[in-house]
Amino acid sequence: MRAVVARHPVWSGVLALLALILLYLVFAVWPDALIDRIGRKKVFLNALFNGITLGGLYFLVASGFTLIFGLMRNVNLAHGSLYLLGGYIGFFIADVTGLWLLAFPVAFLVVGLLGVLLQIFVFRRMEGQDLRQTLVTIGISIVLADLMLWGVGGDFYNINPPRWLSGPLETGLITSERVRSSGEVVTSYLKYPMVRIVIFLASVVIGVAMWLVLNRTRIGMLVRAGVDDRDMLSATGARIQLVFVGVFFFGAGLAGLAGVVGGTFQSVAPGEDIRFLLASLVVVIVGGMGSIPGAALGALLIGCAEQFGSVYFPTYAVVLTFLIMVVVLAFRPQGLLGRG
Amino acid sequence: MPEITRAAAPQDSRLWVERIPPAYWIIGVILLIIPSFASDFVMFQIFGWTFILGMIATSLMFLGGYGGMVSLAQMTFAGVAGYMVAIFGDSAITNISMGWPWYITIPLALLIAVIFATCIGWLAVRTEGIYTIMITLAIAAAFFYFTRQNYDIFNGFQGFNSVLPPRLFGVNWRGPEAFYYLTLFWAAATYFAVLYISRAPFGLALQGVRDNPRRMAALGFNVTAHRVAAYAFSAIPAGLGGILLTWQSAQISPGTVGIQPAIDILIIAVVGGMRHPAGAFIGAFLYVILKTFAVDVLIALGLSGDRFQLLIGLGFLLVVFFSEDGLLGLWHKLRASRARDPLTGERRS
Repeated sequence: MRAVVARHPVWSGVLALLALILLYLVFAVWPDALIDRIGRKKVFLNALFNGITLGGLYFLVASGFTLIFGLMRNVNLAHGSLYLLGGYIGFFIADVTGLWLLAFPVAFLVVGLLGVLLQIFVFRRMEGQDLRQTLVTIGISIVLADLMLWGVGGDFYNINPPRWLSGPLETGLITSERVRSSGEVVTSYLKYPMVRIVIFLASVVIGVAMWLVLNRTRIGMLVRAGVDDRDMLSATGARIQLVFVGVFFFGAGLAGLAGVVGGTFQSVAPGEDIRFLLASLVVVIVGGMGSIPGAALGALLIGCAEQFGSVYFPTYAVVLTFLIMVVVLAFRPQGLLGRG
Repeated sequence: MPEITRAAAPQDSRLWVERIPPAYWIIGVILLIIPSFASDFVMFQIFGWTFILGMIATSLMFLGGYGGMVSLAQMTFAGVAGYMVAIFGDSAITNISMGWPWYITIPLALLIAVIFATCIGWLAVRTEGIYTIMITLAIAAAFFYFTRQNYDIFNGFQGFNSVLPPRLFGVNWRGPEAFYYLTLFWAAATYFAVLYISRAPFGLALQGVRDNPRRMAALGFNVTAHRVAAYAFSAIPAGLGGILLTWQSAQISPGTVGIQPAIDILIIAVVGGMRHPAGAFIGAFLYVILKTFAVDVLIALGLSGDRFQLLIGLGFLLVVFFSEDGLLGLWHKLRASRARDPLTGERRS
């Protein structure tokens, strides 16, 4: 930490200043001048919370993508379809059994197994042929999208969270303080949907767990060694194909899991596959290919940019995220946390 | 090692007319006389559309085949040119369209498409291989969303309608025959221009950059400049295709430049084969035939006509799975195996 600050004093200063401004905006009671300038605090806080929780969802989708890419150099453009499939599976499991929690492991398992099939029958046959893999996964995503449209139709599905998660949560953050004519001060606090916060916390837990597994365990060591030098790792006798299958299972499973989360946050419908594929592409390009912390940072940035964009400049909200990507590409092509 | 013998062969003494391969004569004559027996629908819808998609796919084939950069933004370049024609020229949206004459509008539209492609190319060549696909896909998506949201210039969701070609020489260029010959002319021009460039110094250097950028850089070639220039050039056939596409359907809207059309162009180029411009047109013809008749075939087979996308996807998957180089690649493989003696494995002379 100290070394980083010593190396980039200007950037550290700018970041610290931004963090302070953010803390002020979140915790202080806004003066009227500020409200006149950028609107009510409640809107701002909601956008911030929505952005962060959306970032959590993006992280779940993108981390699987970036893990697979980082280890195997496989660009799986069918990742969005895996997400959508997970969403549909989650919806039907939750609908039939009434158990929301059951939807997660089932979606994870089924989509993960599909990922294993993809790895064995597609990617292993075309090792090292990046372009062909990409094209084949585009083909697979087209076929899967149409099969799903055929199977479940074009309706929107919403996965309903259980009752104990459906209420709002009092966050204790002051949104406004008004003085009534009678002299008493009315303070209102921000309420935020419980389920989004819980899911966000869960994705943080998953992210931290992933980081720990990658950096503190033997399996993680194998995976990291594979990222750095695949041939050398297999020469030392590690069963690299098994590692590949495992990582593919986990990465695809995460996409399925994210599908259930996305279905609870928003809805599952045709077209979401492309949306989330694009989102994870942008996230990993911004964060740095193959880097889990990069995916987390990129997901937060893109999630917040999307939400703030849709509140403060509604017309060009989507373009804003791509603008971030273009700026990152122009000045740091390997991504914010990517290794150059 | 057949290249060595070919290089040592004496200079061909035939006239240039005699040196044109017979296949070109046959296809050329067939294409020229098609209007004498084909119906209006076949001329306007099937062949017109084939030539247009073929031109856009050729621009991708040029980038991918000779430059080694697979870009999903070609449809976006086409869309930029199409939009510019609608904005500077005439359309039903009179409060945006400026109504300038065609001899300003069309060069301006192409110029803007080329400038746009140069900027995108400058951005995209900072990345390689797989990254290029992802970045151009993201750019295509950004342009799609931008045109859908922007009402001041791009007229948002609706886009522009009644964008018609100029009545030049008193001909209605949207008439089936006139449009057929118009698109045929530009498709042929694209085809020969790309073939010519592939053998010109620039094209050879570009292929060198594709095969070994480091060696080309060591030889003194500016690798980045060649790649960006390839993007700029690719915008010309794509832009022409975009303008013709706009005229054909008489409208342009965000749907024209969406993600699906961008991927369709990739499918066309890949299924046809990326090693020769002919592949782009073969792919386009197959795609148009499929798109036009697949619904009838599906219904005849007792399936719903909506499963068209499935058919395209499966076909694409099969071709990519079994051939590295599309249908042209399969054809070359077949020819190579026919030319080999089945017993000894040697090439027949």
